[in-house]
Amino acid sequence: MNQLTAQAPGGVPHLSQWQGVWRWLLLAFALVFSLGVAQVAHAQEADPNREMSTAAPGIDADQWRQVRSGETGPNYRDSRADSNYNLINASGETWRQWRNRWVSPFGLIVIGGMIGIIALFYLIVGRKHLEEPRTGRKLFRWPLFMRALHWSVASLFIVLALTGLNLLFGKFVFRGLFGDAFWGWMVSSSKLLHNYLGPIFSVLLIVMLVSLIKDNLPKKHDLEWFKKGGGLVGKGHVDAGFANGGEKAWYWLLASVGLLVVASGLVLDFPNFGQGRDTMQWANLVHAVGALGLTAVSVGHIYIGTLGTEGSLEGMTTGYVDETWAKEHHNLWYEEVKDQSVSEQELADRKASKDAGESPAPRSS
Amino acid sequence: MAQMKFMCDAERCIECNGCVTACKNANDVEWGIQRRRVVTLNDGESDEMSISVACMHCDDAPCMAVCPTDCFYKTDDGIVLHDKDLCIGCGYCLYACPFGAPQFPQQDAFGERGKMDKCTFCAGGPAESKEEEYEKYGANRIAEGKLPLCAEMCSTKALLAGDAQDVADIFRQRVVHRGHEDGAWSNNPQASADNLAYDAARKG
Repeated sequence: MNQLTAQAPGGVPHLSQWQGVWRWLLLAFALVFSLGVAQVAHAQEADPNREMSTAAPGIDADQWRQVRSGETGPNYRDSRADSNYNLINASGETWRQWRNRWVSPFGLIVIGGMIGIIALFYLIVGRKHLEEPRTGRKLFRWPLFMRALHWSVASLFIVLALTGLNLLFGKFVFRGLFGDAFWGWMVSSSKLLHNYLGPIFSVLLIVMLVSLIKDNLPKKHDLEWFKKGGGLVGKGHVDAGFANGGEKAWYWLLASVGLLVVASGLVLDFPNFGQGRDTMQWANLVHAVGALGLTAVSVGHIYIGTLGTEGSLEGMTTGYVDETWAKEHHNLWYEEVKDQSVSEQELADRKASKDAGESPAPRSS
Repeated sequence: MAQMKFMCDAERCIECNGCVTACKNANDVEWGIQRRRVVTLNDGESDEMSISVACMHCDDAPCMAVCPTDCFYKTDDGIVLHDKDLCIGCGYCLYACPFGAPQFPQQDAFGERGKMDKCTFCAGGPAESKEEEYEKYGANRIAEGKLPLCAEMCSTKALLAGDAQDVADIFRQRVVHRGHEDGAWSNNPQASADNLAYDAARKG
């Protein structure tokens, strides 16, 4: 149009000049209008949300909410093969905060605190010795099967605890200490051991729980045992059957938290059943909290069974305990089985005859 | 130093999966692994939207924070890389990642995860030689002064890669040109070019 008017003869240049001025005026007006009353203009001319939905569909507030909620809906597509992910894994950050900010520092505090308390207890109170001299007569407490089971579960537990702790805390200590090459080997073998021994531990733990359930059913006198802190509070002995209140508590802790740790561990260990990230985040938290707690309590169990109490460990190694020990720690059980006690001499004879019986050429009597 | 970022302009993405193919080709990644994916929301509806997603090289990367072996590190360009010699395939980076970027070959027994693989922003990874680097991590185009192939080959230039400021400027210009009042982040007052990926995951 400019070209046309410019080529036109006569007064037409005036018209084009007039047009130029008119344009400048319009532009100035538009500028003032847009600067001064931009908000009003927007409100009247365009709804930002509507504009957004035409300019960039899909990223309005509603859709972001949907994306963050993790819903995918029937018309969600992901070009990656067998992907079951949503667009944004919103719970990932929650899991990270829970794990890094709560579980790992508090796990360290609980386990470290437990070790500290027990060390302090040992230094101040010391070992619990038998109050009366040993009678020398023994009572049979743990059959070979239970001893084998106990030590298998115990060694697996210790390996799993140490490898698990390495997976959670190792990077803060050993990477700097040993360098990448050794650390790489150390952490990958930790994971392998943890993942392959875990299922074996699971099976053995369940076998152990089943074989011990009869001895660990709660009784009335257990309540008394707890009231007196297992004999720590007040004087005199507290009633206890084959298993005392503390042992039963440890049993039921393993039967509840232990099984929870086992179950969540299996969820994490076999990621080939289609379980999603969210499931594994939960499983990881349950697993970590449960396992750290059990590790802390196990320190107490280990202390009481070895250093803490005279005469306890021999029950789980030889199978026999001294009468005095039984009387002082498991009086109700002692009453039941006291007539079955055997002297050390008898035991040695029995062992000898058993060895002889098993020898390839038994002597005729 | 630059802060390298990806940004996908959802308005331009036509779901052609060219970026996916380019990535697979440039990095020669193992069978079953696809470092980049294209997600389509509301497919077939009027508000259909597609977006190409891979590792977004977060400033405060969750994968780095949760890795039990500490195998992640950040380059001077803000690219998040990892050392496959240290990776044990525990999967924690996957639990934490907002974008589903880490992937694991699962050829071993019981679905055990292999060494994690993810987008490297075409910056390779730690290795003794170039050959080893390519074998383990794929191309190192950054070392050659080139940007990631996915973005370079994007037919509609929906997928942008480069310094966060440059990428944000291009995107903002586009949105302003399209006629929106405040560019890209109308519902997100806290968003800034420095933490695009992180904010996309957390905020409106």
